[in-house]
Amino acid sequence: MISLTPLEIDALMLSLRVGVWSLVICLPTGLLIALILARRQFPGKWLLDGIVHLPLVLPPVVIGYALLILLGRRGIIGGWLYENFDITLAFTWKGAAVASAVMALPLMVRAIRLSLESMDRGLEAAARTLGASDLRVFATITVPLCLPGILTGSILAFARSLGEFGATITFVSNIPGETQTLPLALFAETQVPGDATPAIRLAVIAVVVALSALLASAYLARRVARRVGIDKELRR
Amino acid sequence: MISVDIMAERGDFSIAAHFEAPSNGVTALFGRSGSGKTTLVNAIAGLIRPDRGRITVAEQVLFDSAAGIDLPVAARQLGYVFQEGRLFPHMSVRQNLLYGRRGDKDAHPTLAETVDLLGLEAFLERRPGSLSGGERQRVAIGRALLANPRILLMDEPLASLDGPRRAEILPYLADLRDALEIPVIYVSHQMDEVIRLADTMVLLSEGRVAATGAVEEITSRLDLAPLTGRYEAGAVLPCRVAEQDVAFGLTRLEFSGGTLWVGAVDLPKGTPVRVRIRARDVALALSPPRDVSMLNIIDARITEIGQTQGAQVDVRLSAGADSLWARLTRRSVSELGLKPGMQVQAMIKSASIDGASLGQIGRMRRSEIDTV
Repeated sequence: MISLTPLEIDALMLSLRVGVWSLVICLPTGLLIALILARRQFPGKWLLDGIVHLPLVLPPVVIGYALLILLGRRGIIGGWLYENFDITLAFTWKGAAVASAVMALPLMVRAIRLSLESMDRGLEAAARTLGASDLRVFATITVPLCLPGILTGSILAFARSLGEFGATITFVSNIPGETQTLPLALFAETQVPGDATPAIRLAVIAVVVALSALLASAYLARRVARRVGIDKELRR
Repeated sequence: MISVDIMAERGDFSIAAHFEAPSNGVTALFGRSGSGKTTLVNAIAGLIRPDRGRITVAEQVLFDSAAGIDLPVAARQLGYVFQEGRLFPHMSVRQNLLYGRRGDKDAHPTLAETVDLLGLEAFLERRPGSLSGGERQRVAIGRALLANPRILLMDEPLASLDGPRRAEILPYLADLRDALEIPVIYVSHQMDEVIRLADTMVLLSEGRVAATGAVEEITSRLDLAPLTGRYEAGAVLPCRVAEQDVAFGLTRLEFSGGTLWVGAVDLPKGTPVRVRIRARDVALALSPPRDVSMLNIIDARITEIGQTQGAQVDVRLSAGADSLWARLTRRSVSELGLKPGMQVQAMIKSASIDGASLGQIGRMRRSEIDTV
């Protein structure tokens, strides 16, 4: 059994924690934005669509810098959060989760929006004729039928946050035990001349984590498709 | 009583429809595709909002633009059977059936009664994806009924099915019609469905109501023939089962103008039925013919000679209190010298009256059987 060094364990656990929290932030936000983009018509919709997609096209460093300006302790939102709730995002693991969530948001929104737009809205109308409230229609029809899209979005978002580097290092820096996730730890090791072993070990850990996540997601996707009955619907 | 009076405009399609339908029995909304049938039903359901107007069902106002009332769909207490079924693919048949369950568990119809009526027992635990088209439509009907609706809307529930599947589900619909105590609005462009199931008919054309009335009355009006369908044009006669001829496999029906022999109808004596006689199946003779194969020869009087359509003319006849049509060639009309007021013999082949032309009249009227 290969044992991990404390630094490796820290980086691994931090990566997973940041990934999970990034998902917790990204999923409801992404679902809401996807719903608005797929279902509502309003002036300035193109602007929302554009802003959500920015992290996909901008250099991550720009996003990290923008987050630092907005969410740093002296930033517009960051200052308000610190004064009212004593929350500090910059240079903490919470900030890393936020940076990951922002970077993953376009992937989440695209996946959910696609499944929202391809779903048969007649089913929602049918549920309403059966007396279901808007909330019940959403919970029992919309969400279950979009589950494949929600799952795809979540997997993409989680994977994105495991690999997130540029925005994170710009916004929260590279502090061991606090913001040093696997990619950041690997980056730090590669900056040190000499023995390459620690860097290689970290790279191998990253590969193992990524592979496990992929396998788990493939398994989940199959189960969800079967539960939703989509596979049969598509075959008919 | 259902009362609908609405106006709506969607792009280049406009609908301005006003009709009233009785609170029991089946009212058919009949018209070609694009005549506004589905739009009307969706307006009753609240799935589309008319520009203005008023919709009431049994005293309750569902929509009234003047009073600013627009009841949400969920509050309208409907049963809506869609053309494509719209079953929830991620739920079992049982979950689908119970999705809209209102009222307490023992309210009628119960799950058991519905399953029994529609023959759903065998696939209660299955997913809709594995059902045939006919089975899916039966589940959709059951789901609508279990919502304990005050009005049942059916939008061409058989349109997505092929011939055999339609034949499989029609008897269920007929049973259902007899078992229900709520009004049913039935959208269709198939005359045979209307004759089998409906009592009242609202004829739609290009977003307007062309006529409203009893099915027998609307289908025997010459002026509406272009809308009710010319090829299938004919009259509907209310009859009663009078006699069974088991040896020859025939049934004798009586109507106000005489008797009709048709292929065996398995119904007790006295049962009211509706028979559709197509105009093209009726021939005329000036004197009682001899040595002909036709079993049905009826005394009739010419009441109207209709518009010429190419080589053909539709002639309206009265027999007793009912009307018949005969589609003749112009040449026959001229050679026989047919004029309104003349007495003629109308001849109808029994073999031309098939299952699709026969419909049992609803329970409301069938209660009269006992008194016959």
